Amino acid sequence: MSAPTFLGLPTAPRGVGHLRGDDPFPVAARRALADSQLRRNLGKATRTIRAKRAAVVGELPDWEALRDAGQAIKAGALAHLDRYLEQLEEQVTARGGVVHWARDANEANEIVTSLVRGTGATEAVKVKSIVTDEIGLNDALAAAGITAHETDLAELIVQLGHDRPSHILVPAIHRNRAEIRDIFLREMGDVDPGLTDSPSALAEAARLHLRRQFLSAKVGISGANFAIAETGTLCVVESEGNGRMCLTLPDTLITVMGIEKILPTWADLGVFMQLLPRSSTGERMNPYTSMWTGVTPGDGPQQFHLVLLDNGRTAALADSEGRQALHCIRCSACLNVCPVYERVGGHAYGSVYPGPIGAVLSPMLTGVEDNASLPYASSLCGACFDACPVKIDIPSLLVHLRARHVDEVAQTRRVPSPEAVTMAAASWVMASPARFEAAQRAGRAGRLLGRSGRIRRLPPPLSAWTSARDAPRPPAQTFREWWKAEHFAGEGGRAGGVSPPSQRSRGPGAPGVVPRESGAGGRPPGEAEHGDTP
Amino acid sequence: MRIALFVTCLADTLFPDAGRATVRLLERLGHQVEFPAAQTCCGQMHVNTGYLRDALPLVRHYVEVFESCEAIVVPSGSCTGSIRHQHAMVARRYGDEALARRAEAAAARTYELSQLLVDVLGVEDVGAYYPHRVTYHPTCHSLRLLRVGDRPLRLLRNVTGIDLVELPDADTCCGFGGTFAVKNADTSTAMLADKMRSVLDTRAEVCTAGDSSCLMHIGGGLSRLQTGTRTVHLAEILASVPQTSVPRTAVRQPSEPHPPEPHAADQAGAR
Repeated sequence: MSAPTFLGLPTAPRGVGHLRGDDPFPVAARRALADSQLRRNLGKATRTIRAKRAAVVGELPDWEALRDAGQAIKAGALAHLDRYLEQLEEQVTARGGVVHWARDANEANEIVTSLVRGTGATEAVKVKSIVTDEIGLNDALAAAGITAHETDLAELIVQLGHDRPSHILVPAIHRNRAEIRDIFLREMGDVDPGLTDSPSALAEAARLHLRRQFLSAKVGISGANFAIAETGTLCVVESEGNGRMCLTLPDTLITVMGIEKILPTWADLGVFMQLLPRSSTGERMNPYTSMWTGVTPGDGPQQFHLVLLDNGRTAALADSEGRQALHCIRCSACLNVCPVYERVGGHAYGSVYPGPIGAVLSPMLTGVEDNASLPYASSLCGACFDACPVKIDIPSLLVHLRARHVDEVAQTRRVPSPEAVTMAAASWVMASPARFEAAQRAGRAGRLLGRSGRIRRLPPPLSAWTSARDAPRPPAQTFREWWKAEHFAGEGGRAGGVSPPSQRSRGPGAPGVVPRESGAGGRPPGEAEHGDTP
Repeated sequence: MRIALFVTCLADTLFPDAGRATVRLLERLGHQVEFPAAQTCCGQMHVNTGYLRDALPLVRHYVEVFESCEAIVVPSGSCTGSIRHQHAMVARRYGDEALARRAEAAAARTYELSQLLVDVLGVEDVGAYYPHRVTYHPTCHSLRLLRVGDRPLRLLRNVTGIDLVELPDADTCCGFGGTFAVKNADTSTAMLADKMRSVLDTRAEVCTAGDSSCLMHIGGGLSRLQTGTRTVHLAEILASVPQTSVPRTAVRQPSEPHPPEPHAADQAGAR
């Protein structure tokens, strides 16, 4: 029984939104790796945030229990997603809100655009939201003549810089203070030309710039961190308070939410309010937590619309192994601990969801074939799994998606890929000790390449290895040859079967235990092996 | 105790010193080592590259060769990790529940070297002598899949003569990742560069680890840049005693007589 292929469930459509990059990961990564300023900015930022997270996570004695609870709540919510979504709709509607169902990015963009148009507004203020970036909402609004103003400081930096977010939590993590100052001076128009790059000066410039927009905006647009099915309550957590301005000042509030953001009960929120701030910003508690339920007459927005977005999530849910990717609460802890992300940054992933979780989530939403390089963008070091507050086993999911990709390629290609041929051949060789030994003997021809004791150049695809690393020269004697020589001397080097155990248990340091052994580890790599003529 | 050695295809073919050292170490501690000659490969490369169907015969082969063994030692954290955390999954993916259970039973008796020494054999001082400045890189799968923790360091701290120095950012991946090093060679190289910087910052002459694969990666970089720092498998350090130290000038044909014993510190100085 192979991994099932889920035909029939729609994935996120092409041609809209930001889930697919222009280049495969290795190509985009090479570009990013060459940017030394980016390397420095990312290294500094992720190191700082890693240390903060480690400190506040370390002080909780029940952190592991909280992770278990978070994982269980998410698994339970997704197992009964249909029921909870309808319950949410009932509750939101009963409290004066309007619920819209969007199959994909195109539908969601159409719904939001027509809602904004219906108010007569040509501008909207936005709370930091990844999901609206996933569907390319700002582009859709712009095409309809509506200007969306990002109000989160980092999102503002990205928008003013005509740039793309590169991190889930800190969209402008790839920029340093000097670069931000330059963007403000160039793009803000009304900024003091004497602006310095001190954090307080930059924040004040953004504050003055945004205040006018908050006070004049008729429409606010947000995402949601959580939605509580039993009460119909939406929740946004943030640091700056700009989100709260957008959530409270405009007459109309439109919230776009991925359907996986649901929590069954109010009590469930308590678990996530402990997990999320510590995992994301490394704080015990985030500064602003806004919650609203439908419409409150005379207080806050008087029109509330909730857009429930699928955009490939049901397709992800149908993959029994992959569905745990939908547990993600967008904390970005996995990005900050990822050695790949730290070096290449978010843009290399080509999706609004970068880093380890993005390498899993993006292909699940788009279908693996549209993001086929992402599951391989990891050394499977496992740091992401350890950091994940809801225990998503990202390394196993990456392997699962690699397998899905390999199976899909095998089904669509008439002739197997060179890699598939190599892997099948290796499997055939390795399934038999006789064939394996024959391959070892053949591989010894590699000794000719490394007369100096190491191999400096190999043909493709192994040339990628020797571009920066020497390869070891095959030794004159494999381990199994040595073992046979040691244990079957005089028996003609009997092969096959289980060799008898060694019977030479002697005292420590007894001379001559393995008389022909060369110095244990006292030899530089690649230097003449035992049995070699120096 | 009777211990079966799964030497791994990589150490068997390219790094036999790690296997020989494992044998010598366990024998010195009074145990019997056997080498089931039918062994080949655990299939980790196939699994981690997505070729799970091709890994299935290798999982079956490992189980058939080793399931009768009382305890199995592997001088590799990542191969042990694959056996323990992937073998049964591969069998189940293709509907072979019976094989999955046998794989779980074999995996439960499969130990990475430092786990075997500390947890099963209950030894932290193996009586080794290694007069070199050494830094230890905890490989990702030994650290985060197997949770070996500080077992390798406890073993190293008990080595006589060793000058053990802490590796900065030790738990960061070296960038090997199997086929990752080829498929994403540039990113892998960037990770390797940072790992080498950490290793060189320690001014150690030897970087050690429990995985020949990660050492092949780090060592390949250190060698390419002529850094003068070498990589040595943990088993080789733990197997070392003064009597087995041979200066490089004395490496010779197997038929030649055993050379006079040098003082190990002399050969360190000579390098």
